[in-house]
Amino acid sequence: MSERGAHKVLTTKDLSIGYGSKKEIRVIAKHMDLTLNKGELVCLVGKNGIGKSTLLRTLSKMQPRLDGNIFLEDKSIDLFSRNELAKIISLVLTERIPSSNLTVYELIALGRQPYTNWIGKLLEEDLKQIKEAMAQSHLTELMHERCDKLSDGQLQRAMICRALAQNTDLIILDEPTAHLDVQHKMETFKLLKKIAHELNRAILISTHEIQLATQIADELWLMTEEKIITGTPSALIESDQINLLFDSDSMSFDKETKQFIMK
Amino acid sequence: MIGLKILTLNKFQDSILNPNTSYKLSLLLLTLLLLLLFVVNVSLGSVDIPIKDVFKSLIGGESLKDSWNYIIVHYRLPKAITAVLVGSGLSISGLLMQTLFRNPLAGPYVLGISSGASLGVALLILGSSIVGGSFTLLAQSQLFISIAASSGAFLVLFAVMVVSKQVKNTMSILIIGLMFSSLTSAVISVLAYFSSAENLQQYLFWGFGSLGNLTWPEVLIFTCVYFLAALLILPVIKPLNSLLLGENYAKSIGINTKRTKNLVLIATSLLTGVITAFAGPIAFIGLAAPHMTKLILNTSNHKLIMPAAALLGANIMLISDTVAQLPNSEYTLPINAITTMFGAPIVIWLLLRKKKMVL
Repeated sequence: MSERGAHKVLTTKDLSIGYGSKKEIRVIAKHMDLTLNKGELVCLVGKNGIGKSTLLRTLSKMQPRLDGNIFLEDKSIDLFSRNELAKIISLVLTERIPSSNLTVYELIALGRQPYTNWIGKLLEEDLKQIKEAMAQSHLTELMHERCDKLSDGQLQRAMICRALAQNTDLIILDEPTAHLDVQHKMETFKLLKKIAHELNRAILISTHEIQLATQIADELWLMTEEKIITGTPSALIESDQINLLFDSDSMSFDKETKQFIMK
Repeated sequence: MIGLKILTLNKFQDSILNPNTSYKLSLLLLTLLLLLLFVVNVSLGSVDIPIKDVFKSLIGGESLKDSWNYIIVHYRLPKAITAVLVGSGLSISGLLMQTLFRNPLAGPYVLGISSGASLGVALLILGSSIVGGSFTLLAQSQLFISIAASSGAFLVLFAVMVVSKQVKNTMSILIIGLMFSSLTSAVISVLAYFSSAENLQQYLFWGFGSLGNLTWPEVLIFTCVYFLAALLILPVIKPLNSLLLGENYAKSIGINTKRTKNLVLIATSLLTGVITAFAGPIAFIGLAAPHMTKLILNTSNHKLIMPAAALLGANIMLISDTVAQLPNSEYTLPINAITTMFGAPIVIWLLLRKKKMVL
């Protein structure tokens, strides 16, 4: 990745995540030192309920961390206001958006809100960004469609496009391919890879598509009960660490075919 | 194909730089309709006044009879202004609540906010006969009735907001609103049982809803509170658009959701409170008017809907009041009955349609 220039967008130092209330603190993961670089696509993988969404929410300041620190460039995340943060990190979440009369164009234009004035007036720069984002994600044709009328795949593309229009160094996506068929899964991953490599953004995706992730990711973050293991897909496969994804002995990752096989 | 592409690009520039012309046309039509309905509303009533004399009185001239002049200036004009403020205010409150709760069926009446305001007024009017003394004087003052109604509206809206944090389900929130309404009417029944016949009558008449009891100083107070609420709403127009995606997305595009919620909470309590205080609890405008606006304009952009919803609400209220007057007869129907007869079928129709109700 060195040729793309390892420009750090986000780093964590001894980060602990989880839920804390007055009565008890539930730690989900601790002592995490992670780095996200521009131009890199990182896939966060792990079992259901291991805390992937919690990690993503903590990194994007949607929920407080328990311990340690998160730095954007070299500044602690605490020093950013919501609006400043929205110019650095954009999100694509799993939740469905409520049905409304919003058109695709209006949805994408909402991504410009961190930059617009009090009433949300779009200036020339905003229009340029929106247009570019729509061209990148092939949505120009659909711009006047109502979001309600889109297929799951198109809607997900529109949500990614909105994040793109937000023009942030880091885009975080929580299971962006969960409801999609195989073809749309591939297309979504390809789009994200293009955004990372060609537009030089840092992208972090949580996903259950291990096979796609091993093919496309520049780095994998493998979350287990004990710790989070980071490395290139090939390194994790070589060292058999990828098998930590399951407790069971009935499955394993086949190095040659790059597939999971039953034993 | 290329031509089409150029066309879409041009359309792109147009539709973005200036909201499309059909929107401007709708807004213009609604404004013209408002003026027309306003004049119709002022010129019709139990006393038959020729339209020529109505205009003369309106522009400050002297009409044929002094009594006509008096009726126009001191009765019909404040009533028509009240109708405009009530209709537009309720419509805007409804729109704000629908977006805030992301619930197309939310509105000041449905969520029990109007009931909260009623409870405030009931505590003041009916409570005065129980407590007695100087309290009785307070109950006669419109200012204190307004304060009591606004506080009641605020309390219920706050309670609904706290509860809606726990339950995300659309239906549950509506049922909770219904429960709050039942609860407040139960408290009111208890109060009514202990209060004097005179106060009970005052409260009952207030409950029918009426636009015609306002003096000019009261219209002035009403207008001031209305514009105060409007000032609070201005900064939330942009955040409301992002709330169409849900709270988490709104946060992720830099919106201070807490501040937005608080502003909406205060503005809607003020509006619903002052409207309920001066005109009684008025049903269905807050639910029906914003939906009709969304249906007509086919957009969810608050910058566009807000003014149109205000205009449409005012128009519906002017029509309702004109009908309630039963022109040329000496009877006046309770305004609340008219708005319900008009609003309830519309809401049922909206629900029965094949198309979903949307934000």
